Amino acid sequence: MSRKLTINILEYDPQDPSDRPKIVSFKMDETPSLSFYLVLKYIKEHLEPDLAYDVVCRAGICGSCAMIINGTPRLACKTLTNNFKETEFTLAPLAGFALIKDLSVNTGIWMKGMNKRVEAWVHQNTPMDISKIERKIDPDAADEVFELDRCIECGICVASCGTKLMREDFVGAVGLMKVARFRADPHDIRSDEEFYELIGDDNGIFGCMSLMGCEDNCPKELPLQNKIAYLRKKMVELG
Amino acid sequence: MKIIYTDALIIGGGLAGLRSAIAAKKKGLDTVLISMVPVRRSHSAAAQGGMQASLGNGKMSEGDNEDVHFSDTVKGSDWGCDQEVARMFVQTAPKAIRELAHWGVPWTRIRAGERTAIINTKKTIIKEDAHNEGLIQSRDFGGTKKWRTCYTADATGHTMLYAVANEANRLNVYMTHRKEAVSLITKDDQCCGAVVRDLITGKLGAYIAKGTMIATGGYGRIFKVSTNAVICKGTGAAIALETGIARLGNMEAIQFHPTPLFPSGILLTEGCRGDGGVLRDKDGYRFMPDYEPDKKDLASRDVVSRRMMEHIAKGKGVKSPYGEHLWLDISILGREHIEKNLRDVADISKTFAGIDPATGWMPVLPMQHYSMGGIRVKPNGESPTLKGLFCAGEAACWDLHGFNRLGGNSVSEAVVAGMIIGESFAEYCLGANITIDTDLINQKLQEQQTYLESLLKLNGTQSIFAIKTKMQEIMSAKVGIFRNAKDLQSAVDELQELYRECKNITIKNKKLHGNVELDDAYRVPRMIKIALCAAVGALQRCESRGAHTRTDYPKRDDANFLNRTLTYWKHPDDPLPTVEYEELDVMKMEIAPGFRGYGDKDNIIEHPGAAKRAEEITRITDELTAKHADRFTIQNALMPYELSPKYKAKNQRVGVGYE
Ligand SMILES: Cc1cc2nc3c(=O)[nH]c(=O)nc-3n(C[C@H](O)[C@H](O)[C@H](O)COP(=O)(O)OP(=O)(O)OC[C@H]3O[C@@H](n4cnc5c(N)ncnc54)[C@H](O)[C@@H]3O)c2cc1C
Ligand code: SF4
Ligand code: FES
Repeated sequence: MSRKLTINILEYDPQDPSDRPKIVSFKMDETPSLSFYLVLKYIKEHLEPDLAYDVVCRAGICGSCAMIINGTPRLACKTLTNNFKETEFTLAPLAGFALIKDLSVNTGIWMKGMNKRVEAWVHQNTPMDISKIERKIDPDAADEVFELDRCIECGICVASCGTKLMREDFVGAVGLMKVARFRADPHDIRSDEEFYELIGDDNGIFGCMSLMGCEDNCPKELPLQNKIAYLRKKMVELG
Repeated sequence: MKIIYTDALIIGGGLAGLRSAIAAKKKGLDTVLISMVPVRRSHSAAAQGGMQASLGNGKMSEGDNEDVHFSDTVKGSDWGCDQEVARMFVQTAPKAIRELAHWGVPWTRIRAGERTAIINTKKTIIKEDAHNEGLIQSRDFGGTKKWRTCYTADATGHTMLYAVANEANRLNVYMTHRKEAVSLITKDDQCCGAVVRDLITGKLGAYIAKGTMIATGGYGRIFKVSTNAVICKGTGAAIALETGIARLGNMEAIQFHPTPLFPSGILLTEGCRGDGGVLRDKDGYRFMPDYEPDKKDLASRDVVSRRMMEHIAKGKGVKSPYGEHLWLDISILGREHIEKNLRDVADISKTFAGIDPATGWMPVLPMQHYSMGGIRVKPNGESPTLKGLFCAGEAACWDLHGFNRLGGNSVSEAVVAGMIIGESFAEYCLGANITIDTDLINQKLQEQQTYLESLLKLNGTQSIFAIKTKMQEIMSAKVGIFRNAKDLQSAVDELQELYRECKNITIKNKKLHGNVELDDAYRVPRMIKIALCAAVGALQRCESRGAHTRTDYPKRDDANFLNRTLTYWKHPDDPLPTVEYEELDVMKMEIAPGFRGYGDKDNIIEHPGAAKRAEEITRITDELTAKHADRFTIQNALMPYELSPKYKAKNQRVGVGYE
């Protein structure tokens, strides 16, 4: 016997002056390996044809589908209903980002700003000849950069962050991770002083209160707190 | 309705679009890139296994070079590709990967000393030379002679996409997302830009540009089960088709990947088998060596997918509530290897199938994976019929892949095309002039606005979502891995009927913004047009080539079908696309058509010119070899090709220098 699920969705169209946020309930049968992406697809195709949510890869790779599921920010496509004891779920848009409609939020625009702010690109001053054998990189250093490069900019760390609630302009764990990533990259020539310029304030590395929300929820299981603590130590040495 | 003027308009922000934008920006052009989703969410992010480039660094890739990569690519394509384009590609790929390293892609690097690898289910010791430590490593992929696929664990597309997006940010390329191109603006067989819909506000705007590039990726979502992201709807190709001028090439050439996870369709990378994993049937038996004694589990994708279906048809599939499947076993690689090099695979398997692949086998079944077909372009990336329209990446039929593309050649193509085509596109934009008056632009905008409003007024009985599902079911059932005339004809008939049904719908919400039902109401008819091009092309191609398999015409017929299918929509009211063919010139090929080295032998109806060309090739090669000519001279004598000098420059390799 499959379980009956109740799905409550916070719906709101901020562009429609006559609309007010409301919770709408839907009922459906649970099927094996049912992800919340499939739940939403079912509701859209059968019950609520204009339900807005963001899904691209539906495989936990692209970071589009973060939302609040029963109080915790998660990737909808990677979260399965059968991993919960509950049969009733409440879905709300990811906090901390501009709401587009229903469960769709504009993480993209926020991430764009964050990337520009921490200058998330390799800084270098030597031109390269692409016909020549590439520069050798220590295999461990390459692995370390890869580890830090796995962030998919889903925004879950931002939505889980106590500091972000109080400081609108906090760069979030994701922003600090970017700095850690380029700092570890042998191709990037920036000095710690230059990184300090970017994040050496309360909206950056000194804003983090180590509440751990980010790391607990990060779907890529990135070592956020460890890296942030290390970065803070380095930045304190300069400050 | 806003009108925006720019020099270079790029539609699509995956690897191909971003790399092209960089090329345009570097030429000093005013460049605008629009994308349906934030660029880092593009489908390129999903590529797991890796990128092919003949660096020849590692022990198992010693002796690799452009010639070997070229030969693998041509054979892989079943001689359907444009060999000149394949040459341009293999020559540029090593440069692409080195440029990406410079931009920060953390390619997995060679470690000196011994390591164990699983080759052919046996533990094998590979020893890397100390002086190569730190160079870019590569792994094995299907259909290649050497280990040529460079990777960052199994998140290669993600790291590549982020590095290219970072570089675009560094150069301050103007990128805007949640914008969808819904129509191309043409005047006198010239493309002048696009009508673009803002997916947040629902408002239309016109982007007028000297040159327009489409880099919108594949059309996998016309199928029911696909590894593709849900946004891979082929709408970029569809708006080109709707101009009535641009041609689509080889739309029936569709690849089915052997190992998506069953039933969800989430891909398990070819790297699983490349690293030593094997396929097993319901008895746990490893069956591929029986069918393909030479390449075994790593024959090219079309071959493995067909063999799997054949094996299931023999009653060897594993039964499940969702249907039959086979197993992919990577447990033989050991937990350490899996957790380091196939971590996303392990994660996917655990999350979506509840199986830890270090201890259990994963259920797999072949599903749609890649679109070889797309907007037909010349080697410089421009449409031969619609001036000023360029196309690159999976959206294009440039034609690197012919009827089957090799794993790892696609992200590689996306970046390489971004470099080569991006540059010719930029040069075109520098020299181009367009004259288009505002009245015409406003008229094009108004047409689209009226169309959207008319959709909201429809008062029918159908749901657009149900129509979409029906289309996907037809394509999977009748235009899938095995095809025949009867099924294809019925697919064509049913798709036409479905197309008409699109007018018999009702959209519940009457707003022009925030209305996903409206989005599908204009996308689905376009998807059906793309599906029709594929189905009609498949019906008329009475042969089997690469991924296109006709059970009623099992032979590759070079005598009649050594050509490229071109489809276009002559008049908007036509019920079907018009089909034409473009011959491939055997006498210009560097490798004359022959046996691929895997799949069925003796299954070819020969082209009358093939033997003659093969003789000619041997003669030229022998003569030059006798004169001690190097491989570049021989290559040039066989098939000269044009490429800008910075990309044509010889590639340096360890041990051999520029040889
Ligand atoms: C699961 C999976 C794994 C893969 N693994 C590999 C691999 O290991 N190696 C390999 O070589 N290849 C792999 N591929 C194939 C490869 O990823 C793609 O072919 C390649 O990334 C395509 O790049 P692209 O830039 O052409 O298109 P995409 O990355 O698909 O980008 C398309 C862009 O166009 C935009 N867009 C689409 N339509 C519109 C529109 N109408 N208006 C505006 N914007 C639009 C989208 O927003 C997006 O930005 C894989 C594919 C899949 C499905
Ligand atoms: S650090 Fe983790 S939670 Fe934060 S954006 Fe990246 S992947 Fe998401
Ligand atoms: S849709 Fe890509 S992570 Fe969920």
